[in-house]
Amino acid sequence: MMTNVLKQRETILALMVMALVLLVGLRAPVFVSPASLGNVLTDSTLLIMLALAQMLVIVTRGIDLSVASTLALCGMVAAMLAAAHPGLPLGVVMLAATVAGLLLGLVNGALIGYLDLPPIVVTLGTMSVYRGLVFVLSGGAWVNSHQMPAHFIAFPLDTLLGATHLVWMAALAVLACWYGTRHTRFGRDLFAIGNAPASARYVGIPIARRLFWTYGISGMVAGLAGYLWVARYAVAYTEIAYGFEFTVIAACVIGGISIAGGAGTVAGAVLGSLFLGVIGNALPVVKVSPFWQSALTGLVILAAVLINARGNQQGGRQILPLHQIQSGSHT
Amino acid sequence: MQVNNAGALSKAAPVLEMRGICKRFAGIVALNEVALTVRAGEVMALLGENGAGKSTLVKTLTGIYQPDGGSILLDGRQVVFHGPQQAMRQGITAVHQETVMFDELTVAENIFVGRQPCTGKAGRIDWKRIEEEAEKLFARLEVAIPVRARVRDLSVAQRHFVEIARALSQDAKVVILDEPTASLSQREIMELYRIIGQLKEAGTAIIFISHKFDEIFTVADRYTVLRDGRFVADGAMADITEPQLVALMVGRAVHQAYPKANVAPGGPLLEVDGFCHPTEFDSVSFTLRKGEILGFYGLVGAGRSEVMQALFGLTPNVRGSVKIDGAPVRITCPDDAVKHGIAYVPEDRQHHGAHLSMPILHNMTLPVLDRLGFFLRRQRRRETTLARHFAQQLELKAHHLMQNVSELSGGNQQKVVLGKWLATNPRVIILDEPTKGIDIGSKAAVHRFISRLVEQGLSVILVSSELPEVLGLSDRVMVMHHGRMVREFSRHEATPESVVAAASGIAEAKEAA
Repeated sequence: MMTNVLKQRETILALMVMALVLLVGLRAPVFVSPASLGNVLTDSTLLIMLALAQMLVIVTRGIDLSVASTLALCGMVAAMLAAAHPGLPLGVVMLAATVAGLLLGLVNGALIGYLDLPPIVVTLGTMSVYRGLVFVLSGGAWVNSHQMPAHFIAFPLDTLLGATHLVWMAALAVLACWYGTRHTRFGRDLFAIGNAPASARYVGIPIARRLFWTYGISGMVAGLAGYLWVARYAVAYTEIAYGFEFTVIAACVIGGISIAGGAGTVAGAVLGSLFLGVIGNALPVVKVSPFWQSALTGLVILAAVLINARGNQQGGRQILPLHQIQSGSHT
Repeated sequence: MQVNNAGALSKAAPVLEMRGICKRFAGIVALNEVALTVRAGEVMALLGENGAGKSTLVKTLTGIYQPDGGSILLDGRQVVFHGPQQAMRQGITAVHQETVMFDELTVAENIFVGRQPCTGKAGRIDWKRIEEEAEKLFARLEVAIPVRARVRDLSVAQRHFVEIARALSQDAKVVILDEPTASLSQREIMELYRIIGQLKEAGTAIIFISHKFDEIFTVADRYTVLRDGRFVADGAMADITEPQLVALMVGRAVHQAYPKANVAPGGPLLEVDGFCHPTEFDSVSFTLRKGEILGFYGLVGAGRSEVMQALFGLTPNVRGSVKIDGAPVRITCPDDAVKHGIAYVPEDRQHHGAHLSMPILHNMTLPVLDRLGFFLRRQRRRETTLARHFAQQLELKAHHLMQNVSELSGGNQQKVVLGKWLATNPRVIILDEPTKGIDIGSKAAVHRFISRLVEQGLSVILVSSELPEVLGLSDRVMVMHHGRMVREFSRHEATPESVVAAASGIAEAKEAA
């Protein structure tokens, strides 16, 4: 049935991820050990969180190119804050990074929602502005691991009930995003806006307000991810996560989230991220040059787009009278 | 005619009353003192030719347009709608051909989108209730639509039913059905009639827009006729006959002076035989003679533009044969068509016809750049000469040739598009609604120009929804209905009544010729 195509796509993607893991496992059995797989998961968590936020944006027919710059700026804020005040509780540092991200995201949201500017142009602009601000803020200097307090660095990889904090946070993000898109008006409105903006206005959805907060959420998640990134790699510099916005968008596209808006699932975003995470971790294991990684990612994106395009082919207008009921989905 | 004479029904107070509605667009009057009254449990047929103002009136009623004058009374209270959702909230819903639908969402969600019932403080959407209510609505309408299906998988008829269900769920007082049967099968139409009956019983007022007279006489209780944006007449269906309605709609003799060129058409130039498309048109055949103006008339959406686009090589999956000068030709892309001397001036000037952000000069020479030698500076003069030649011929009003097309008026933009295609030296020029939305002065210039074209030996296919234009200019008129060619009229046998009747699908209309 047509209605199951979306679900099918996610099943296929899940199978592909598993097949990829097994295939690499055949060449290098080390890769499928629980510890190694745990590493892959931990490595994918930031991508998962960012892809989920990006999904919300893409579903509204938008795009947020500024996530990586927001991440870098908030990561730098967190690192400099912790370096200057080693006694500050970690919660305050994380909150600072998150709030900074939210504010940066809301700037995008205000320009796109209330001023009705095209998302790609606005976030292309803020992408450069935020990246520039990292340099202004830090003066181009690095914050190295010895300048950061120990608990600041330790948090992401500390474990709770056998899983790293990163994995727990990603799990929380998945749950929140699933609940938000499925069970709240806010989330459903995003889909309605992406499906048919004119119709959404018709049924009284406050489009500007919804977009404002959607970009806010995207920035907020990027802000939190900024701290996690800096702490995880124990270094903050101006080029952190350079170009990562495209990895995030790639994860969404591979996960079947339609760039045309209106369609996408949490499972798709997660699986798309995992797919890229597995490729990134597996290729070095089987001794494939990292340059192939980028080419392979590109091929997967093209394949995903091809599949989506074939699913959405439409015929012309129905002018000739129909002589029987076209029962699309009588079950 | 019979004004406010609706028999027993008129006892009820009107649910909706529109008085003296006026609407202008950039100086063009679209609605002038239009009045419309609908009572509870009554079906009002809104009638008029293409461009009579029906759609504008509906858009005014549903809050998409704000009227420039007049008042709307709902249940005797004056209301002003600033936006469509306001009209919807107050109980006025329209079921359009361009439906308010969210393809990726489920049927149930489509009915409640934007106002989903929630439970608890957290505002969790009550999916169970949404689906139950949706099922109840469909049970009430007695149609079987799975509420969890995605709307993209539904047929056109099922989409209409979803919209009607949405209207019901909002306790709509007035439901506007805008050509609801346009793409429905006979069985689906019967189902729609049954639902209209239910709505009537429930006391809903219905405005029914249709071009099909058999339908109107089946479902409507009363009628209102518009013509050229003005109210013409209203009354009870029981008191009027089909020819009388047609006369009210057409209403005018074609007395405008159309500069019909005195050219006797020669032998056949373009022969189209058995043109078919899977969904858009079927077995369309016609012959265009040298120096002839062949008019194509039909209701909006009858498939005329689609045939022309197919002829110009824009549409895939077309079967049938095309001959030029008796020799078969294959046209699979517009480039082929241009090579064979066919030019197509599309209906949507802003999007398909002109490059608005480019200057007049570059617009005009775009299809013939290869002939001009683009990069050589000396050829610039030839480019200018060519553009100036057509600008003068077309009486183009512009400051200079480097002016952007976006700065011109609609009529002058159209002249640029015409000039652009004439520069390709076509033998056949297809004009799709060449005077749509342009002012009277430019219209006359375009008409004069069309006549001059045939004098110069070109053949013209004129697709137009303006009856006087088609009748005034054409040597022959082909009428299409529902993707099929229904009749061919020669110039002297084409009367407004007979052409409109054929276009409305009235079988064997009595000819008043």
